[in-house]
Amino acid sequence: MYHKFDAVVVGAGGAGLMAALQLVGKANIACITKLYPSRSHTGAAQGGICAALGNTEEDHWEWHMFDTVKGGDYLTDQDAAEVLARDAIERIIEMEHMGLPFNRTPEGKIDQRRFGGHTRNYGEGPVRRACYAADRTGHMILQTLYQQGIKENVTFFNEYHVMDLLINNGRCVGVTALEIKTGELHTFHAKAVIFATGGFGRAWRVTSNAHACTGDGMAVAYRAGIPLMDMEMYQFHPTGLYRIGILLSEAARGEGGILRNVNGERFCERYAPTLKDLAPRDMVSRFIYQEIKEGRGAGPNKDYVYLHVDHLGKEVIDAKLPDITDFARTYLHVEPYKEGVPIQPTAHYAMGGIPTNIDGEVILDEKATVLPGCYAAGETACVSVHGANRLGTNSLVDLVVFGKRAGLKAAEYCQQNDWESLPANHEARSKELLGFVNAGASDGKRTEIAGDIRKDLQNSMQDNVSIVRNETGLTAQMGKLQELRERYGRLRLQDTGTKFNTERMEALELGCLLECAEAATKGALERKESRGAQFRDDFEKRDDVNFLAHTLAYRAENGGVKELRYKPVVITRFEPKERKY
Amino acid sequence: MATQVTVKILRYDPEKDKKAHFETYTVEADPLDRILDVLNSIKWYQDGSLTYRRSCAHGVCGSDAMRINGRNRLACKVLVRDVGGDAGKKIQIEPMLGFRILRDLVVDMDPFFEKYKSIKPYLINYEDAPASSERYQSAEDREIFDETTKCILCGACSGSCPPYWAGPDFVGPAAIVNAHRFIFDSRDQGAAERLSILGEGEGVFRCRTVYNCTDACPRNIPVTKAIEQIRRAMLYNR
Repeated sequence: MYHKFDAVVVGAGGAGLMAALQLVGKANIACITKLYPSRSHTGAAQGGICAALGNTEEDHWEWHMFDTVKGGDYLTDQDAAEVLARDAIERIIEMEHMGLPFNRTPEGKIDQRRFGGHTRNYGEGPVRRACYAADRTGHMILQTLYQQGIKENVTFFNEYHVMDLLINNGRCVGVTALEIKTGELHTFHAKAVIFATGGFGRAWRVTSNAHACTGDGMAVAYRAGIPLMDMEMYQFHPTGLYRIGILLSEAARGEGGILRNVNGERFCERYAPTLKDLAPRDMVSRFIYQEIKEGRGAGPNKDYVYLHVDHLGKEVIDAKLPDITDFARTYLHVEPYKEGVPIQPTAHYAMGGIPTNIDGEVILDEKATVLPGCYAAGETACVSVHGANRLGTNSLVDLVVFGKRAGLKAAEYCQQNDWESLPANHEARSKELLGFVNAGASDGKRTEIAGDIRKDLQNSMQDNVSIVRNETGLTAQMGKLQELRERYGRLRLQDTGTKFNTERMEALELGCLLECAEAATKGALERKESRGAQFRDDFEKRDDVNFLAHTLAYRAENGGVKELRYKPVVITRFEPKERKY
Repeated sequence: MATQVTVKILRYDPEKDKKAHFETYTVEADPLDRILDVLNSIKWYQDGSLTYRRSCAHGVCGSDAMRINGRNRLACKVLVRDVGGDAGKKIQIEPMLGFRILRDLVVDMDPFFEKYKSIKPYLINYEDAPASSERYQSAEDREIFDETTKCILCGACSGSCPPYWAGPDFVGPAAIVNAHRFIFDSRDQGAAERLSILGEGEGVFRCRTVYNCTDACPRNIPVTKAIEQIRRAMLYNR
């Protein structure tokens, strides 16, 4: 079916909804999502959203900007970090006006708490900067923005899976999407497309990410010729529930929670004497890795450590950390009032993604050439505001700050431009992909099971492209991914139905994961240094001479990475320094 | 310690079946596995056509509400051992009642979201907000509607409500919970509009106070209490 809109937003999480709201009244818009908006993974964010409101103690956006740059190990583009820290303040106020139920201070202002890597006066000590709604801040942001979407009559196409990005005469002209309920292919012809499709955490075995986080937008853009930036910069959050990876927010440590090894030792203070348990995530994950490697892990396999909140008291736990303590009870049958919760680092967040400038416009190369009509925001995008390591809460800030900017820029573009025509055979690539997947249900020679390929992908990424990396593991992983890509070509399906065929959808998602994993692995292999989330035990030092630059990965026509290019980092206020906490 | 778990699932494929029927599967599972893990294991290694919704897998997105042993639960918040699956008890899984089945465990959620929209689920305030600061709200006022902000729109409450099964036009507990979230927010000025909507024939007075909704809510929202508070607000308003 053919649809014509001024703008199409792909994804209905925080960034997509915020972008859509900017287009209301200025453009005819559609927001398509493979879930329902309220199911988006923004809703799983817990601890808070930082802005230098200074409601409980002195704070300045310059401090927030500095922390973001330093947290990102100086790979952060500083023009973007400045925008993030400045705009955060207005966006928080704006969302409060929309009705977001933040926790309050005694005088009725938005309450703020501590979070990892957020400091006063350029690193002196922790600062209370994270605005929060208990430990369901993301849920409240998602609900509030969705409610505004309802109020403003945004047209949602729920349960539509994006298939392809359409480009004609150098302009983005729309997308195709599969309607899950009917199996029908739809073309959305538009002047502007905004990608806000989230991350690809499902490429790893232990992850905090939803099943839906399969890098669809990144893969679709990548296949259409757009490079992916800094994909090797993938964050492992220190505190995932042991074995299953469900997130326990950094807010637990912000409120005073402590990590302890099997001997009961508060090991973070050995590594980060000033910030201790509130050092940035890449570092705390490495501290845990090191404790376990040196035999101080707990449990029969000595492979986890404990997160303690029991000393905070029942009242604080119930008021400020109710959900995450409930997760410990539900999934591990552990009582956080009384005992430490077994945790391990969990695959959490893509700092990399579709490259954009600070207005959310998608760029194509190291010279920042814009692809007209194409925008991206949120986890799927790489502005790059998180550099090599994102600070806690800055994901939510990113969604609303850059979701808004992308939406505004797209609205301006829609008002100034007419529709470019669709390319010839605009559904051909989507039909070819669908045809390939569907044939898996009838072609007897197709014998590979998606579940096996997915499991092999997740296990191998966990082994080779996680907290500590090296040449041997990454080279092996490139080989593994090529093997998985070949096996994917022989994928077998059982479901021949057209309506609500989720086996087919999962097969498409797996294809997207493979694309993202390959760009990430290749980027990690060629980045011969350690910086933020990229820690190489064969190149332990940061190398600003050769690698103070963003990786741009381009895809080869028939799959695989064709080439890597490097884009210089934007440095405005803060010269790179050694990172100590 | 992995054990054999037996699962009986109600299946319906609109392209093949005239009516729904049960199929039984045996799966290897850990007592700490979620029911969602069990469904995934069946889908990925036994029967790719098994159809259900899922996303976050830890009880915050609300995609996988279904009937597990006769009660509405999120498949990702019930463990095998919670329902005795590791002790040889058969686990029965069906789509929620009160919704049209689209395929297997997937039901049509569109009418549910329409009802949600009908109660105006957004802050209504006719005054200008302060130019550069938040609206103030005391911690006590914030606390009054805390419970109902937790709703994830999974539908478990509405799908367990006898009046919701009986009357397709009843707004249902989920919509009422979300009305409560705004009616009792000190910043909101739309209470009268919402109370008038909920005071009509298909509003709160359809509730028969059977507490199924409270029992079903995976977020532990005291749903019945919220409905009561709205009824009381109406009586005082008159």
